Amino acid sequence: MAVRAIRHVQEEGESIWLKCGTCQEILFRKEVERRLFVCPKCGAHLRLTVEQRLFMVVDRGSFVEHDSTLSSRDALGFTDRKPYAMRLAEARCKTGHREGVICGTATVQGRRVALGVFDFAFLGGSMGAVVGEKLTRIIEHALAERLPVIFFAASGGARMQEGVLSLMQMAKVSMALGRLRAAGLPYLSVLTDPTTGGVAASLGMLGDINLAEPQALIGFAGPRVIEQTIREKLPPGFQRAEFLLEHGMIDLVVERKDLRRVLSQLLGLLCD
Amino acid sequence: MQTTYLDFEKPLMELDKRLDVLRRLGTRSPTEEAELCRLQEQCRQLEAAIYGTLSPWQRVQLSRHADRPYTLDYIAALCSEFVELHGDRCFADDPAIVGGLARFRGRPLVVVGHQRGRTVAEKVRRNFGMPRPEGYRKALRLFHLAERFRRPVVTFIDTQGAYPGIDAEERGQAEAIARNLREMAGLRTPIIVVVVGEGGSGGALALGIGDRVLMQENACYSVITPEGCAAILYGERTPERAAWAAEALRVTAADLLALGVIDSVIPEPLGGAHRYPEAAIALVGDAIAQHLEELAALPLDELLARRLAKFRRMGEQAIAEEDEEMEMR
Ligand SMILES: [Zn+2]
Repeated sequence: MAVRAIRHVQEEGESIWLKCGTCQEILFRKEVERRLFVCPKCGAHLRLTVEQRLFMVVDRGSFVEHDSTLSSRDALGFTDRKPYAMRLAEARCKTGHREGVICGTATVQGRRVALGVFDFAFLGGSMGAVVGEKLTRIIEHALAERLPVIFFAASGGARMQEGVLSLMQMAKVSMALGRLRAAGLPYLSVLTDPTTGGVAASLGMLGDINLAEPQALIGFAGPRVIEQTIREKLPPGFQRAEFLLEHGMIDLVVERKDLRRVLSQLLGLLCD
Repeated sequence: MQTTYLDFEKPLMELDKRLDVLRRLGTRSPTEEAELCRLQEQCRQLEAAIYGTLSPWQRVQLSRHADRPYTLDYIAALCSEFVELHGDRCFADDPAIVGGLARFRGRPLVVVGHQRGRTVAEKVRRNFGMPRPEGYRKALRLFHLAERFRRPVVTFIDTQGAYPGIDAEERGQAEAIARNLREMAGLRTPIIVVVVGEGGSGGALALGIGDRVLMQENACYSVITPEGCAAILYGERTPERAAWAAEALRVTAADLLALGVIDSVIPEPLGGAHRYPEAAIALVGDAIAQHLEELAALPLDELLARRLAKFRRMGEQAIAEEDEEMEMR
């Protein structure tokens, strides 16, 4: 098993300004960063890179990446406007990651956990065979080491370019989570913006405890698909974290600044 | 008799009409008998030409064919004593999924499947076979019933997908599907899945974890409909693009067998299940019987270990291991 540490590196050439996608306000990057990428004006939780997510959740220097050498192979020979292989290469360049999820172990306020963090910038965080495999392997590692598991989902769903093989990853990962459950180990699912499709309908909603960041879009069908099907406007707040809380689908909506503390507290209450 | 003809089936229409007239005759004159024989032979040749070389897109269309047998047709023909059971005990009974107890060739079992409608009214009532969460929860309730009373489970898959609607989202479509995946994976009784029509994405998979996943020759199974795929990648839903997507996504039974996603292909009579439903249903029945017998011989722990191992391997052909560390920015 390959193991590698990830450092938090400030990206070069990043603009010093950021635009909030929710309120359209132009924001000073440093200020936003200090607030953990939460818009100071409207409170929107902006999307994070994997490094940013790890930086604000795990204890400094504790993260050890697993299975970093796994990469996708174009098993179907899928080519639309671009070959799938080229899309993969571009995503790797853009994100600096080999695939759409980073898994490993770390400590959160001193507690050892197994982690999976989706990278939405990598082909929309879509779940293909490698994403499914990395998640499954880290669950298996957690089973062997008796660790709790935390996944941070951010994904449009299954990866179309891998056809039905990507659909089967829903089964593969859910099956592994079933084994974790049978072994009495906790699984915390943190749903972040956006988590839809096959990722919501597998690991996303299977947490012993399901948490979400404020306003995160969470659902099975995407809002546009629903609008086209029912030919109606969707109600305000539909499929947002608060909507799911109200309908009993998640346990908690947690602000980013509280996330590390809440995760650690929940693990303590479940495992101590 | 066939009621709906797809474009590529149109040449059969006139022939079928004449054959039907001749077949309906109580007694046939020698001339009529000879004509019947001639037309039957002609029909067979035409079927060989049409159905002998189907494209993936044509198979997708056949998998949705209005004359194809649906779940309740399979149950009616293959099972005795079917008692349909209703409701998820939480919210409602979803007519897009049917299920219950039945006896199959003497053996009691639990049967569950997606159900489309035949008439317009029934289509609407069954929501065109697109389940809401309560449908999946009803299915799960029946799976657990099967487990408790040690009855094998047979599921029939035939849906375009889970219903994308406001109410379905409110009641947790994603949660209902996810839970079924996890629970079916560990269900302590044999499960046989038969894809008999369209296997549409997560909405199909939620009834689709099994020790044997069988698929009829003209059934399809995909992560997204070819039209949906074309719309996302090319912004258009034309038949040409959908045909391209049907090929690119690898949705046919032969494709899925090659990919290791299904265990076996159930042949259909030449002409397809929609033209010869009785023969097609009988072939499905024989396949179920054979696999049930094999599975019944396995100890439960062995059965579950094999189920686990099978799904654990899914997608391995799309995974590569690279030696070198990737340069991080
Ligand atoms: Zn804002």
